[in-house]
Order: sequence, then structure tokens, then C-alpha cells
Amino acid sequence: MATQHSRSAARIMMAPAVVLLLGWMLVPLTMTLYFSFKKYLPLRGGDLGWVGFDNYVRFVSSSAFWPSVQTTLVIVGGVLLITIILGVLLSILLDQPMWGQGIVRILVIAPFFVMPTVSALVWKNMFMDPVNGLFAHLWEAFGAQPVEWLSDASLLSIIIIVSWQWLPFATLILLTAIQSLDSEQLEAAEMDGAPPLARFGFIILPHLSRAITIVILIQTIFLLAIFAEIFVTTGGAFGTRTLTYLIFQRVLESQNVGLGSAGGVYAIILANIVAIFLMRIVGKNLDA
Amino acid sequence: MGQITLNQITKSFGDVQVIPPLDLQINDGEFVVFVGPSGCGKSTLLRLIAGLEDVSSGAIDIDGTDATEIPPAKRGLAMVFQSYALYPHMSVRKNIAFPLRMAGLDKAAQDAKVDAAAKVLNLTDYLDRRPGQLSGGQRQRVAIGRAIVREPAAFLFDEPLSNLDAALRVNMRLEISELHQSLKTTMIYVTHDQVEAMTMADKIVVLQAGVIEQVGSPLELYHTPRNRFVAGFIGSPKMNFFMGAFASEYNAATIGVRPEHLSVSHTDGKWSGKVGVSEHLGSDTFLYVEVDGVSEPVTVRSTGEVGFRHGDTVHLTPDPDKIHRFDNQGLRIQ
Amino acid sequence: MARAVTPRRKTINTLAAWAIGLLIFFPILWTILTSFKTEAQAISDPPVFLFFDWTLENYAVVQERSDYMRFLWNSVIIAGGSTLLGIVIGVPAAWSMAFVPSKRTKDILMWMLSTKMLPAVGVLYPIYLLFIKLGLLDTRVGLTLVLMLINLPIIIWMLYTYFKEIPGEILEAARMDGATLKEEILYILTPMAVPGIASTLLLNIILAWNEAFWTLNLTAAKAAPLTAFIASYSSPEGLFYAKLSAASTMAIAPILILGWFSQKQLVRGLTFGAVK
Repeated sequence: MATQHSRSAARIMMAPAVVLLLGWMLVPLTMTLYFSFKKYLPLRGGDLGWVGFDNYVRFVSSSAFWPSVQTTLVIVGGVLLITIILGVLLSILLDQPMWGQGIVRILVIAPFFVMPTVSALVWKNMFMDPVNGLFAHLWEAFGAQPVEWLSDASLLSIIIIVSWQWLPFATLILLTAIQSLDSEQLEAAEMDGAPPLARFGFIILPHLSRAITIVILIQTIFLLAIFAEIFVTTGGAFGTRTLTYLIFQRVLESQNVGLGSAGGVYAIILANIVAIFLMRIVGKNLDA
Repeated sequence: MGQITLNQITKSFGDVQVIPPLDLQINDGEFVVFVGPSGCGKSTLLRLIAGLEDVSSGAIDIDGTDATEIPPAKRGLAMVFQSYALYPHMSVRKNIAFPLRMAGLDKAAQDAKVDAAAKVLNLTDYLDRRPGQLSGGQRQRVAIGRAIVREPAAFLFDEPLSNLDAALRVNMRLEISELHQSLKTTMIYVTHDQVEAMTMADKIVVLQAGVIEQVGSPLELYHTPRNRFVAGFIGSPKMNFFMGAFASEYNAATIGVRPEHLSVSHTDGKWSGKVGVSEHLGSDTFLYVEVDGVSEPVTVRSTGEVGFRHGDTVHLTPDPDKIHRFDNQGLRIQ
Repeated sequence: MARAVTPRRKTINTLAAWAIGLLIFFPILWTILTSFKTEAQAISDPPVFLFFDWTLENYAVVQERSDYMRFLWNSVIIAGGSTLLGIVIGVPAAWSMAFVPSKRTKDILMWMLSTKMLPAVGVLYPIYLLFIKLGLLDTRVGLTLVLMLINLPIIIWMLYTYFKEIPGEILEAARMDGATLKEEILYILTPMAVPGIASTLLLNIILAWNEAFWTLNLTAAKAAPLTAFIASYSSPEGLFYAKLSAASTMAIAPILILGWFSQKQLVRGLTFGAVK
């Protein structure tokens, strides 16, 4: 549906967005690649020349690298597991007929709108503080010794905080998916003699599989990059240094830009692997 | 004025040529219908004339000036779309006034023209409503109103009745015909429905795969279809075709006989067969007769009161003057 | 649901859902409640829930001590500015892709999406360096630009999916009626797409408001928005629960309200149209 005239107009109108995003992608990316092959210490001599793949090797062989990968995987995996399982259950519950459905929905979604620094601080101080936190009071009420959450169970604490933030996202998307399920399908299954658990396993879960995949992929991309939650709670201490945080420390705290950039390239590659799968799904949807 | 000449125009989408070189002359004041099965290129052809698509080659001439490179707005044509394409966020009045507003007319002149058009189209009471609050027929009239106020050189209609129910379609068909009678403006009308084509057109253009199969008045197409395709497409119910021995008797590869040109009898006739389904419409009865050697049932149009039943053996006789003969290329033999 | 449910079943559903909903909402509720307590009540043992002396003192103190209004203003400018700028750039681009699609449209859309997936930390130093060179570090302009760029793919995607739902014939009708491209976008497309543009606006304000990587790393004092304001409470002031709560409540209140309005569009926006 187009003429030469409208096609050239389209090109002109697309240009600003394309040029800006191209610049936003290429300029920093090129610089990161450039720095990653240099010994570059801005506060200690600046540009000290080319070092080839030295930074890449050093980043991987540093004692902090593997623990950070492990931390990243534990956090991403833990949050995904919690948000998906609870999200499926919660979305099924919210889909049931009840009074005040709209309000419950709002209550459940609310954490998603809380800025990460706020939720991290609130959890850190008002819930997980070993002296005055609500959890401490709760533990004492049952006669137990309060837990030093952010030092003794630091990873678990972060997983709890981040899961609380992302559970609404998973629930909301899964709920949308459930609501698109034709209720006649469920009724047909019931007529066919399928008990509730079988209906869940054979009808609801397969229907949700696409939405679950999307939730996993999108959350993974965001979770790989979580920053503020660690920044304001543990500052990367007590085994909570993720890959993202390690790179941040290399670049801004120890000002080893070459090393940090090599780490950045690793992070980009990692994110791209996840992104490719996500884009496949989104792309397929685009054709439909 | 509204004379449109298409000169060797073609249209390709990528490597696919949907319209091979095509010539067509549309005279001022004519009601021209483009008809053909879906995907035959009739809508594309209309959009080329409108300027919503570029021609790949060739020229479009409107009232003696070359309009090939002129953008749609400047061609002086108005279009009524299949979906009506009303602006949902504007009242009926604003919808109809939109082209006038774009042309820079002052408010008073806009109102005068809108009111006049609304009166013609019986929309006066609905001017302040939104399109969403109107029925299908009313929306259709708003779309026509929006076209009328521009006083275009020609109206283009793209399957305008296909979204209406059957009864309304007949009404709107009449209204559009009456409009043409009173405005005497050129109208180009695209449809896949040959009944609309037969009832409304001064001139029918039958298209298939982007190629013009025949151009002519409705009765020309009915009486002397140029080929098998036109013969089968024009007329309802469809023409019956006979091949093999049936046709060679008439020195043709295929012969065609319209259902209304077959007489049917219990006792004697040229071809015999068994009655399958019979449809009683009151005024007419359509018999579907299984004839040995003919793959599809032969349709016969008979008077309303005939006593044939399922399974009866009947005899059919074609009206010898109304037999259409085609050669093995499917072309008409004179 | 096609059939009636027994009242008993509905009651159980309601109780369960409300219990879980309140549990999930509790940290927010607790924060809001605490913000009205005195510091002593905020850490009292056992904790008090509703029966305390309600006070607005904390809000006054927070405002006075940390100049809340300045951070709020920065947040408003940065989130609002980046979103508006993104819409101005995004509408024409989305128009092009939705109504004049070409063979490359899909590739361009996918590519735009891929820029969104670039991990920020991977390009932190180059951006930091560029910001110093261009004098953009700790400026609202700089942050507005960055947030606009990171959200532009989402803006274009959302607008694209909304525009796709508008029949092209209506725009063609406008063209036949003599509208220029500008008039077509201004008088026909934009009014028709108001709901879509509004939800795009809303979602992106939320995302920009809560963005906490670039806002923490590219600002110091002048341009710091609320995310940084709260981060400054991490210690030792965080021990003053009532004040921390008051500050937090002020930081999240505007967006909670916006968020409740946009919850339906959230799904489409965050899944790039893959779930509707």
C-alpha cells in the first residue's frame, strides 16, 4: 500500500530513530571493544598501550570471576523459579471468580512500580534488619534467633527482594495468557472426564508455555542486569557480586577500564545469547 | 468532466507482475464496473487510478492531463472504501466536511455543502453522531457524502456493499444508481459480485489475473461473451458447459447453454438425465440434472410451477439460437 | 466464565486471593504506615500496626533536610522529558513501519529491540567518558537523552503495535480527501491512536522514573533524581525508619498511581506485543 512518495516520506520519518539508535549502539560498543584490548587505567597512567587478549584472559582467570558467574546464575535461576511457580499459581487464583478482583489485582501488581532503590532499602532495613526488622520480631515471637539476613543469607535475601519485584510481572503476563484460554476447552476436558489436576497439566500448562517462555526470556535479560538492589544492600559483599556488579567495580571503583571492558564484552555476549531466543519468539509473532 | 484513459499501464509488486500492460478508456459520466474473482487485480487497478499505488509503467490520463505523477489528493477523484474508512473520532458532520477543510474552505461554505449532501443522503438527523453510533447503511451513506461534497471528476468505489447484509445491499445498490442518474458524474465501481455489475453498470470490465477479458455493456457480455471465462462469470445461475460429443456436434470444443435457455420435459428432448436437487423459489424453479457425460449437474431454470421430483428422468433441449460455442482456446466461435 | 460458581467456592477464592494480595502488598503498606510514626514507634518492640500517634513530622524533616522537591523535580523532568522526546521521535518512525512496511521493516524492528538488550554495564565506561567529554555528566539533559535512548525501542514497538490496529484505509481516505502527510498524522492518526499513545507515555514514564543504573552512575548532586535520593539513605540514615519510609513513600507514590492506570498496557509494552 504505498507509492514512491510515501516510501520516501517513510524513510525520512524513520531516519531520526534509526540514526540515534545506531549511534547509541555502535559508538559505545566500539569504544568498549577498543578499551578491552588496552591496558587503560585512567587514574594510574591512563592509556598504557595495546595488550591483545590479555584483559579477556585476566578477567576470566581472576579469582572473582567464577564466583560472580555462579552468583549471577543462582540469582537469575532462583528468581525465575520463584516468580514462575508462584506466578502460575497466583494467576490461576486471580482468574477465579471472586469479590474485589480488581483491587486484588492492583495489590499484587504494586511492587512492580516501586523503584528498585526503594524496595531494596525497605527490605534491607525494615524487614531484614537483625535488630529492628520485622522478620527479627517475627523470629523472636517464635523464640528463634533472628537471622542476619544480608550477611548470613545474603544471596537468599537478594533473591527474595528481586522476586518480590518481579512476581507481579510474571503474574500479570500469565494472567493475561490464562484469560485468553477458551473456557470451552476446559469444559470439554471436564466433559471428557479430566479431573482438575489433569485439566491443569494437559490444558492450562501447555496453553501457558509460550507466555512462560516469554517471561523467562524477558526476566533473564533484566535480571542479568540487576544493579541497584545489590548496590544499596550489600554493595557486592557477602558473595553477592554478580557479573554486572563485578564489571561495575572494575570500571568505576578500581578504574581498570581495560579489564572492565573485557568483562563488558562477556556480558554483552551472554545477553545476546538470551536475546536471540527472545527475538525468535517475538519475530514469529510479528508474522502472525 | 471525468474522462479517464489508462495507457499501457502495468503494476508489479517485486518480481510479480499483477497487471500486465493494460489499456482502458472511461468516458465522462459513465458508470464503469470492474468485476472479477478475488485476486484478479480489480482493486489494484482502482488504487492505481486513485494514486494510492504507483504504476510500474504506462500513463494515466484524467481529463486530458497526465495524472501519472500527481498525488492522490490532487487528482480530483473521490473514493468510497470497502470498510468506509470513516474517521471514528469525528462526528458525521466533521467526517463529511474533512475534504473541504483540507481544501481550505471557510466554515460557512463547509456547512452549506455538508447540509446539502446530508439532505440528499438522509443524514440530516445524524450529523452530530459519531460513526460508531450509526448502522452499516448509514455509515455507507456518510462515506458517500464525504465523496460527494468534493464534487470530484469521478467517484471510485471499492467493493462498497460487501459489508452490508443482503437486503441493505439491494437498497444501497439502488441508491448509488440513483445518485449516478442525478449527478451524472463518472463512477468506477469495483465488485466481485456479477449481479451488482449487471444491475448498475453502463460498462462492465471483466478482469482475470490482471488481464481485461472483455469490456462491454451488461447485455453485450450476457449475449456475446468473448470467451469461456466471461461466459461462466456473467449470469446467474452460471452457464452450463458441455464438452466432448455434446460439443463436437456443434463444431466446437465446448458449448455453453444458460440455465434459462434449456427447456425440460418428461417425455422427449435432446439430452436426458436424472433430477437431483430442485430449488423452488416461487417465481422460478432451479433443477440440477445429472446428465451422463457431464461432470457437473446441469442447471435448468424453469417456471415456478413444475412437477419434477428427485430421481425423475427428464429430457433437456437447448434453445438452438442461444448456444454459445467456444474453441479449444476457450474463445468464442462466431 | 460461562457458568455460575457456588457462593462457598467464591468465598474461598476471595479470602485466599485477598490474603495473598495483602501479603504481597504488605511491604508497601508497612512503609506507608511507618512514614506516619515517630522514630521511636517505628522501631518499637513489638511493632505497632495501626494504633500509634499519627504524625506528618517525617515528611517535613525529609523535605527540609534533603531537599526532596529538587530530586522530585529532576525525576519529573528526566522521566517526562525522555518520554516526550521518545514519543516525538517514535511516532513518525512507528507510522513508517506500520503503514509503509517494506521487506526490511521486520529486521529494523528486531534490531531496535536488540539495542534494548545491550547490557548497560557493558557500555558504562564509554558513556561515562563521553558524558565527561561533552559536559553532560550530572546534567538533566544528559540523563534525559540516555533514558530516551534506552526506552526508544519500547516506545517504537508499543506505538507500532497500536498503529497496526488502525486500518490503513482510513489514512488512505484522508490522503484522498486532500490531507498532506503532516495533516494525516496530526488530524487522523494521532487522535485515533490517543489510547495507545497515552499508554505508551505512561509505561515509559514509569520505566524512566524507576531506572536505577544510569541515574545512579551518571549523576552526583545537581541532576540526581529520586532513585539517587533514596540510595543516599542506604546508610546510616536508613536507620531512621520513619524518615526512610516518608522518603520512600514520596518517591513511589506518583508512580504507583500512574501504574494502576496503566496495568493493562503494561503487558503489551513489556512483552513487545508478544502477549496481548
